[in-house]
Amino acid sequence: MFPWLRRATSTLDIPPDVPAIEVRDVYVSYNGHPVLQGVSLTVPQGSFWALLGPNGAGKTTLLKVIVGLIKPQRGTVRVFGRPPEALGPWRRALGYVPQHQRVDLYFPIRVKDVVMMGRYGMLGFFRRPGPEDWRAVDEALERVGIPHLRERPLHALSGGERQRVFLARALVTQPKLLLLDEPTAGVDVAATQSLYELLRDLHKSGMTVVMVSHDVGVVTQFVDSVACLNRRLVAHGRPEVVLTADTLSDMYGCEAVFFHHAATPHLVVRRHPPEDAS
Amino acid sequence: MSWWQYAFMQRALLGGVIVGVITAIMGVYIVLRGMSFMGTGIAHAAFGGVALGLLLGLDPILTAMGFCVLVAWGIGFVTRRGALKEDTAIGVWFAATMAFGILLLGLRQGYNVDLFTYLFGSVLAISPADLKGLLLIGALVLGVVLALYKELLFVTFDPEAARVAGLPEGFLYYLLLTLVALTVVASIKVVGLVLVSALLVIPAAAAYRWANDFWVMMVLAVVFSVVSVVAGLLFAYALNTASGATIVLTATAIFAASLALAPKHM
Ligand SMILES: Nc1ncnc2c1ncn2[C@@H]1O[C@H](COP(=O)(O)OP(=O)(O)OP(=O)(O)O)[C@@H](O)[C@H]1O
Ligand SMILES: [Mg+2]
Repeated sequence: MFPWLRRATSTLDIPPDVPAIEVRDVYVSYNGHPVLQGVSLTVPQGSFWALLGPNGAGKTTLLKVIVGLIKPQRGTVRVFGRPPEALGPWRRALGYVPQHQRVDLYFPIRVKDVVMMGRYGMLGFFRRPGPEDWRAVDEALERVGIPHLRERPLHALSGGERQRVFLARALVTQPKLLLLDEPTAGVDVAATQSLYELLRDLHKSGMTVVMVSHDVGVVTQFVDSVACLNRRLVAHGRPEVVLTADTLSDMYGCEAVFFHHAATPHLVVRRHPPEDAS
Repeated sequence: MSWWQYAFMQRALLGGVIVGVITAIMGVYIVLRGMSFMGTGIAHAAFGGVALGLLLGLDPILTAMGFCVLVAWGIGFVTRRGALKEDTAIGVWFAATMAFGILLLGLRQGYNVDLFTYLFGSVLAISPADLKGLLLIGALVLGVVLALYKELLFVTFDPEAARVAGLPEGFLYYLLLTLVALTVVASIKVVGLVLVSALLVIPAAAAYRWANDFWVMMVLAVVFSVVSVVAGLLFAYALNTASGATIVLTATAIFAASLALAPKHM
């Protein structure tokens, strides 16, 4: 009756054949203004996806639907075959790094305690974190490369360092599905590269990763699938198949060509000429 | 006889310390969630509740407690539905309940004497029964805050992430509102409803300047608050000034010192 009173068991028996995410015919509108119109997407376990689309396409909204923060007006959402609000002990298998950290940057809290919050859900009520939980915190800090910031107050971090703290908080439950909303916004080139490498390592160790990004070119080096969203799902599948001029122009509303000539593929966008030459 | 040998002075100190502790604790959540206006709003709603109690011949404090809990839930409900911003919701409730109180008091004759007590506090007139009530509310607030320490911390810091982690965020929010309402009304006897919001916000705001840990902010706010109450009461006794106002001005002096001296730069 009170699932949060019980401590989550460390082994989750999630069947490997059930999709990590299954979104079917989802509609979301804000005050009658449609944002997602009939989006369907299946993300098998163990895959690495990039979710692409212009500003306002509904990418953040789709992630919020998947983690259960927004209830769609129509359609169904399943995470590991269960509705997101009824994940029970499997909830710890879900890691989410939101786009905007809507937190008070001067909140009196240290890095280690922010990361520990990630485990509060699985700890259950009235239980204090134990040595096992602190080990998980140290591991997560190690993974994102900031073990030296463990004792720092949150207000004494740079924007990029803070981003990694929130990534560590999402990793501290050892999730099987990781959702990241523009994790590289405000992160320098070297840190972006090492973030992508970290995600690739996590993916190789069996984690399902879905990342929202605007970095169309670079992202395709790392992911095995892309989904292009602009209120509806424009296309999805393997990057080299999906990222055609037609798809990109459908998505961005402008002509775009995707070049593969160098080590890094990149995107060239040609604007439509102005309608009237005034 | 020295001042501390008087029973009324002992009750005033004990009552004042309990109020100092619970307002400081709830104030930490209020300040960190950016809900400072909530204390003011609820204190003014308490005016309507007290008036209702006086008019109906019920215990004014108990009536105000029920009334304020309902008002706090109302503010919370309207805010969470996204219909209004929190400060707007409070602004509306605050004016409406205050007007309601004035209207009710107009219906009753000879109200002025009691009313002054609730507006400005009468800490030197705390009865043993008042003290029992304060102890009860104090135990409730402390018990809940200790039992749900990590959950309340999480929803205060990052409500959205708390929901994703599976915490009953809505329940915890309403629980917090309930505790704030009970704290505000319980404190009315000591500092008066006009000054309750000051005691909620000022010690926590001073502690915020110094603390790098949540529990440190909590402990510091309690210390600042208790020091303000005790020193304020002694000043008031020595200088023969209004006790509520003296307590709040003492707290303000601590806040000013924190603003000037604390290391956190914003
Ligand atoms: N809470 C809200 N209320 C009303 N409209 C909203 C709300 N949240 C988002 N929207 C609108 O819904 C649309 C999709 O928003 P969403 O945040 O999902 O886009 P996005 O693809 O993540 O964009 P970006 O790349 O800028 O992050 C936008 O037009 C936005 O203005
Ligand atoms: Mg977004």
